[in-house]
Amino acid sequence: MHVHRFERLWFGASLVLIVAFIGTIIYGAVGPGIAMVDDSGGTVEPSVIADGEYEQADNFREPGVYDTEDGVDVYVVARQYFFQPGTSEPIRVPAGEEISFHVTSPDVTHGFNLAGTNVNTMVIPGQVAEFSVTFEETGEHGIVCHEYCGDGHHTMEGQVVVVEQSEFEGGEN
Amino acid sequence: MATEHGSETGFETEQEFVETEDGTRRRLAFVDRFPEAARTARICLWIAFAAFGVGALFGLIQALHRTNTLRIISSADYYTILTGHGVLLALVFTTFGIAGLFHWANTRSLGVSPTSRRLTQGWLWTMSIGTLLAAGTIVAGLFDWIPASADVLYTFYAPLEAHPLFYVGAALLIVGSWGAGLDWFLQYREWRSHNPDARIPLQSFMVMTTMLMWYLSSAGVAIEVVFFLIPWSLGLISQVDPLLTRTLFWYFGHPVVYFWLLPAYVVWYTVLPKLSGGRLFSDPLARVTFVLFLLLSTPVGFHHQYTDPGIASGYKLVAMTNTMFLLLPSLLTLFTVVASMEHGARQQGSTGRLAWLKDLPWERPEFSGIALAGIMFAAGGFSGMINAGMNINYLIHNTLWVPGHFHLTVGTAYALTLMAIAYWLVPQLTGKRLQFRGLAAVQPFVWFVGMVLMSNAMHRGGLAGIPRRTAEPQYDMVSFDAVVGTVGEMRLQIAIGGTLLFVGAVMFLAVMFGTWALGKPNSRLRVNGTIPEPLSGPEESPRVLDNLKLWTAIAIMLVLLAYGIPLYDMVADGLLSPGSVPFPE
Ligand code: HEM
Ligand SMILES: [Cu+2]
Ligand SMILES: [Cu+2]
Repeated sequence: MHVHRFERLWFGASLVLIVAFIGTIIYGAVGPGIAMVDDSGGTVEPSVIADGEYEQADNFREPGVYDTEDGVDVYVVARQYFFQPGTSEPIRVPAGEEISFHVTSPDVTHGFNLAGTNVNTMVIPGQVAEFSVTFEETGEHGIVCHEYCGDGHHTMEGQVVVVEQSEFEGGEN
Repeated sequence: MATEHGSETGFETEQEFVETEDGTRRRLAFVDRFPEAARTARICLWIAFAAFGVGALFGLIQALHRTNTLRIISSADYYTILTGHGVLLALVFTTFGIAGLFHWANTRSLGVSPTSRRLTQGWLWTMSIGTLLAAGTIVAGLFDWIPASADVLYTFYAPLEAHPLFYVGAALLIVGSWGAGLDWFLQYREWRSHNPDARIPLQSFMVMTTMLMWYLSSAGVAIEVVFFLIPWSLGLISQVDPLLTRTLFWYFGHPVVYFWLLPAYVVWYTVLPKLSGGRLFSDPLARVTFVLFLLLSTPVGFHHQYTDPGIASGYKLVAMTNTMFLLLPSLLTLFTVVASMEHGARQQGSTGRLAWLKDLPWERPEFSGIALAGIMFAAGGFSGMINAGMNINYLIHNTLWVPGHFHLTVGTAYALTLMAIAYWLVPQLTGKRLQFRGLAAVQPFVWFVGMVLMSNAMHRGGLAGIPRRTAEPQYDMVSFDAVVGTVGEMRLQIAIGGTLLFVGAVMFLAVMFGTWALGKPNSRLRVNGTIPEPLSGPEESPRVLDNLKLWTAIAIMLVLLAYGIPLYDMVADGLLSPGSVPFPE
């Protein structure tokens, strides 16, 4: 089959480009350790969360911020149309420490995005989204539910407040 | 007939005399040669355009509402409108537009009429009834006194629940499209019985590879809807697994974008070179491109689920790798499109390194529309590469960036190509000369400018973290910091851009309506459907390229590799669990 010289060149250059893309992404994924959401959070029956029977789940605790010896754990329930915690009171976490978030939903699919950052996950009933974030600086981040979840969807928001380690109250462990 | 030319391709065979000097009108346009197929294609296109008109109106309402420019609906109803916009444009306008285009392309290139009238009627009705049911239940959501609604957006993620008729409608639309595919395969079989040794004509090859990809991928959503969502919405099963149904949706959700795009590619490969005054560069390379799409379009759906819990990173990585290789056929297409246009311009006597660009027939809407669609698609491809990057995706997932991206692809590469080709094709399908040509000549530019405004602002809004799919993108606790420009300026561009796009849509519909209502049958068309032979024809390519069974088998294997274990993981803990009951309860 006759392939024009320019076509060959283009074909080759395209392949190089593609392989380079894959390379950088894999490097980005395993190299600097950008946290990605996977299946590590485990599953939980949505009805367990809906009924507030958190003690029945071994991978999800009563919503709140927990200071444990392994770091800070934050358990968030996203539901129509608020984050608990997050909406009625902000999620307070310390700067410079690894924070593990665990987010799930008792009703429909929601989103959990700190606006303008790559802290971004879907919140799917039955699944616990688990991911770790280290906030280097103190300050406030708005949480947006970025998946349509019903006709009050646009009211679903919350806040993460990053404070100095010394100001961090901890919470239960 | 298809092969009387002695060439093996059946490609350059039609002698379509648009006009004769002495006024005897011995015209041989498509409608004269295949009146029945022309009628079917026409019906498909009219339905597509009707959906487009309503969808564009909804788009305008959204663009003005979310930027707080003009509000004629409540924010709760916004989602009903948005569901209508997504379904009417991304599912109905596309599927009917594709059916019309393919019905023409397959018949034209094979030179054989569709074989069964009953089959044709069957799929046309199935698709139409499906559309009416789905659209009807959506619109019912605007009226409190109708006890049905489907405010679930066009992705209908469970456990948000729509009226059962919405799911039935969606299923019928898809099943109908399978019937259309069958119609085209039977046409091919008929052609093959008369042409045992010939290479498959190029357009028909493209139609069939696209449909094979479509069968393979739409099976996912069909299973989701028929086995899970319909019984669940009827109360026959109490719960479904939201992650499983969502995964089945995205198994279909990426290939569907190629289902939208490949018809545009058919036009770019087979008609655009002629419209630029030349001929296609290479028939074999066009075949390679379509085979690659058949192989790679489906095992990539997890790239829409990079941010989903419950899916191991390894599966996401496989999908990412496949996705990147899927860039290859699009990059090849970019080359062919540009090279064919340059060749065309040079055939017409153009010289200079870039001067040929301005010698192209920009005043003709069928050309300018396709060329502008191609330029926008290049930009959309670039933002798509960002989406596909597994880690960068976290920055923009579900932000306004995403609609910014796909209004360039399906919203322009497909939509504007279809509009442009309609300026050329509708006269051949109706036998009526295009009316309001002046209006048509500016229309693609209006769409282009509108889309530049709306899409660039959406992309930047996404980088600032502004979410998509929301009626009120201003929040008390959240501030959006623009990386480039200001949020206020972005809103303005979205509002103005959306308005221009709507104007562009109305202009297009006016031309179509005018042609239908005012054009006289049997007029001189001023276009003809002859497509010149490619510079290098299919004879030079290996025959294995035409072995559709082989490619289908490999495609199925790749799908099993990419999806087998992940799906097994999801169903291992019970097909319906972890499970959700419907909402609203
Ligand atoms: C008059 C032209 C159009 C305008 C003004 C327009 C406007 C918009 C806007 C503002 C959104 C974002 C809504 C949101 O996320 O809150 C949107 C979403 C969307 N548009 Fe368009 N659009 C137009 C044409 C099209 C076309 C031609 C297509 C496809 C062929 C299309 C497909 C979509 C889809 C699939 C969505 C996403 C729906 C969803 O998120 O569920 N649009 N459109
Ligand atoms: Cu929401
Ligand atoms: Cu995709």
